[in-house]
Amino acid sequence: MSEKQQVLYDVPGPKAIVRDKIYTVVFSVVILGGLAWFAIDAYQRGLFDDRWQVLWDGAKGFSGLEVWNRLLWDGLVLGTLKAVAIAVPIVAVLALVLTIARQAPSRWVKWPAYGFTHVFRGIPVLLIIYFGVIALNLKPLWAVVLGLVVYNTAVVAEILRAGIAALPRGQKEAGLSVGLSPLATMMRIQLPQAIRIMLPALISQIVVLLKDTSLGFIIGYVELLTVTKTLYNFFGNSYVVPLILAAAVIYITVNMAVSSLATWLEGRLRRARRQVTAGEQDDPLVAGTPAGQGPL
Amino acid sequence: MGALIENSDLLWRAFTTTLWIAVAAGVLAFVWGVTLAAFRASPVAPLRTFATAYVTVVRNTPLTLIFLFMLNAAPQLFGLVVPLGVPMAILSMTLYTATFVCEAIRSGINSVGVGQAEAARSVGLTFVQTLSLVVLPQAFRSVIPPLINVYIAHIKNTSVAAGFATTELVAVANRLANGNPGDVVGIFAGVGLAFLVMTLPLSITAESFESKVAVAR
Repeated sequence: MSEKQQVLYDVPGPKAIVRDKIYTVVFSVVILGGLAWFAIDAYQRGLFDDRWQVLWDGAKGFSGLEVWNRLLWDGLVLGTLKAVAIAVPIVAVLALVLTIARQAPSRWVKWPAYGFTHVFRGIPVLLIIYFGVIALNLKPLWAVVLGLVVYNTAVVAEILRAGIAALPRGQKEAGLSVGLSPLATMMRIQLPQAIRIMLPALISQIVVLLKDTSLGFIIGYVELLTVTKTLYNFFGNSYVVPLILAAAVIYITVNMAVSSLATWLEGRLRRARRQVTAGEQDDPLVAGTPAGQGPL
Repeated sequence: MGALIENSDLLWRAFTTTLWIAVAAGVLAFVWGVTLAAFRASPVAPLRTFATAYVTVVRNTPLTLIFLFMLNAAPQLFGLVVPLGVPMAILSMTLYTATFVCEAIRSGINSVGVGQAEAARSVGLTFVQTLSLVVLPQAFRSVIPPLINVYIAHIKNTSVAAGFATTELVAVANRLANGNPGDVVGIFAGVGLAFLVMTLPLSITAESFESKVAVAR
């Protein structure tokens, strides 16, 4: 697709072009044939009847608008996104604290922080959620938030650590040598840069967090999947397929929107950095800096 | 912890169930993921389109939704009835994890410089030689750490099966904790430890490998 992937192949000659064209036709036929076969098979099982009307006309006295209101408002906004909105700020604060603790000079601070990241990256979120429900008697929402916070704090701290490690050493040395304390160097020099480089990875983590809210379904937290299941249990078995596909489309749309934010930011950051580098080279003082020393 | 020791045979069976789901789905996901990566890198446009669409859709769907799809929608949509429990867990997790395997491998191959493949071709190596002697050995080192992270997540994701009638570790933790209210903390700590036995070696390997690679480059 991109030019980079074609690196594996030589520029195609006349023979290869013909061969690729034949493959293109053959595989198009195979894939379209497969899709058509699925469609015909589904049609013969009567899948293309009036059940799809639930998505616009509704069913059983529910209007289509009410169905979407349930899915988007009760499920997505008041369930899934609410848990995300509560968890993300808590994760941001705790992950910063944990990252700073991991870089602390004292081993009494450093090692517990190191242990926390390793242990909670290796334990299922669902186990933590169950712990919240059973041991701490939390309501479903708070159990889900607890699971998301504990796991994602560990992961985000790890991302930030990698970001700090990717900075040139001179950044920290310069901070210390102008008389900043190690903590001030971390807060004012290293972390802002690390967050900046790692912003795309941090935003991708939001997609992971968003998908993990669906674990709430298992403990009975009312989020998008729970609402979907309640709806098709109410409407009847034949409405399962349209409603599950609608839920999937909602998840995919939201996640792709978040991912595209990450891609957009990545491009913007890269452009911004290029401008900074270009500006630096005009400056006689830093013109001698070897290229490729910058982050990333 | 007492409740765990009393129910050690149940715990052991749950542990092997979790491990079996993780290994079986892990191997299948690797095969399917490599196939998808090959599709995405292939010069044949329809294969690329198919793999890209598959990866985009499945990667952005929560695993719980894929389980729910297999349980309730697949029988009507495809006429496919997967037995609830371990088989459904293995199938759902294979389909899900493969997309992450595909992305890890793809970004690894992309990290190898253009000049490497060009140099290999210009000294007369064939396509297979270029791939196996020059590109893949270099891609390998940047693929391993993200791939290990994919598999750590994969092992933990087996816990979703607890919500779909599979007696694996998290389901057993839930059951024992409800039956032994006095020993809740010990039960969760024990089951957490059982997961760490599987995931910690992997995360430590990934970290040491990463620092080795960092020195080598």
